[in-house]
Amino acid sequence: MIELIIPAIISCILAFFVVYFTTPPLIKILVKKNYTVKDMNKKENVMVARPGGISIILGLVVSEIVLYGFFQLNEILALIITTTAAFLIGYVDDRKVMGGWFKPVTLAIAALPIIFLGAYDSNLAFPLFGDVQIPLLYLGLIIFMIPITGNTINSIDVLNGVASGFMVIASFTLSICLFILQNYEIAIVSLPLGFVSLAFYKYHKIPSKIFPGDSGALTFGAMYGVIAIIGGVEIIAAIALLPAVINSFLFLSSVKRVVEHREIKGKPVEHTDDFKLKATNDKTAPVTLVRLILAGEPLTEKQIGFAIFKLAIFSGILAIISAFMMGVSL
Amino acid sequence: MSGLYGFLFAMWILIIIGGGIMVVLLGPFSIQQYGDFHWIITSGIKVTIALVLVVMWILILSKLKNYIFKKELKF
Repeated sequence: MIELIIPAIISCILAFFVVYFTTPPLIKILVKKNYTVKDMNKKENVMVARPGGISIILGLVVSEIVLYGFFQLNEILALIITTTAAFLIGYVDDRKVMGGWFKPVTLAIAALPIIFLGAYDSNLAFPLFGDVQIPLLYLGLIIFMIPITGNTINSIDVLNGVASGFMVIASFTLSICLFILQNYEIAIVSLPLGFVSLAFYKYHKIPSKIFPGDSGALTFGAMYGVIAIIGGVEIIAAIALLPAVINSFLFLSSVKRVVEHREIKGKPVEHTDDFKLKATNDKTAPVTLVRLILAGEPLTEKQIGFAIFKLAIFSGILAIISAFMMGVSL
Repeated sequence: MSGLYGFLFAMWILIIIGGGIMVVLLGPFSIQQYGDFHWIITSGIKVTIALVLVVMWILILSKLKNYIFKKELKF
């Protein structure tokens, strides 16, 4: 067991502190180069540095390289390559406005190393009912999973601290589930994602000093998707991600097509005089998770963030129950 | 907010039931009488059934969404 504990501790410390110490200088460089965007939910004209994906990927890659040194697993190589590719895709989108097709198509290509390195098991495990073997179908699942998790996390990156805070809850939930299922090596491989998210949350929480940008959100989402595949916990990962899945589902079912957020004309939410957020009556605007949360009453940005975190904790509990249910067979 | 928690719970139940259908129906399904190509045909049928299940899942979820959020969705 000691041979697992030492790499786990080293990689978690590295993941946390690389992001913790590299983000402040990154903010300074981004501000100096005028790589900033307006925070739309602040009364004053607040400009926030973007993208923070650079420190996120640095923390993840450093910690995973250390883990590769200990374990030499193809799964870790696939994780590093796919996550780095997702970061680069997001970085291109941060710098240049790309079409709606760009991210799904390129993220699907980014998933290929998982197949080429054989870092997957084609059995899909379900709670209570056991496994189903779907060799050909599973290849399609890998290709679809990374664009879905990447864009799902990207779609909830709408308020200060939400994407990183949500990732803290979802990724630690996934790690707990992997430990419950006694998949110890992949559980340790998954831990840096939680610690990187936690360190980044310090600077991303309200009032944000830096935004993750597409590069950060896609890095978070892609790594989460890869862990789900290499750990064989695809269904549990989907359950832990349900609040973000609801957001994408509501958006797609109201817009009825795959479209970039910036192409949507109608505004789902607006500001009150005291700068709280409230749902609009605009029928052309998409239905989103935030809009539904605000359907009852106007809330502050911080209150909405905590409402989303509570939903994430609820789905995290459902995911952990599901992990226990994996051991039960009907 | 209670509607959202209910919707999350309903999605979870749908995932578990969907998993049951996958394992019970899709898992053991196999066609052997087409020689070397049986696995391609079996996989093709499995993919089709899986896609039908996904479409059904989305339709049920849409109905549930309209039912749970009927008050909120009057935007």
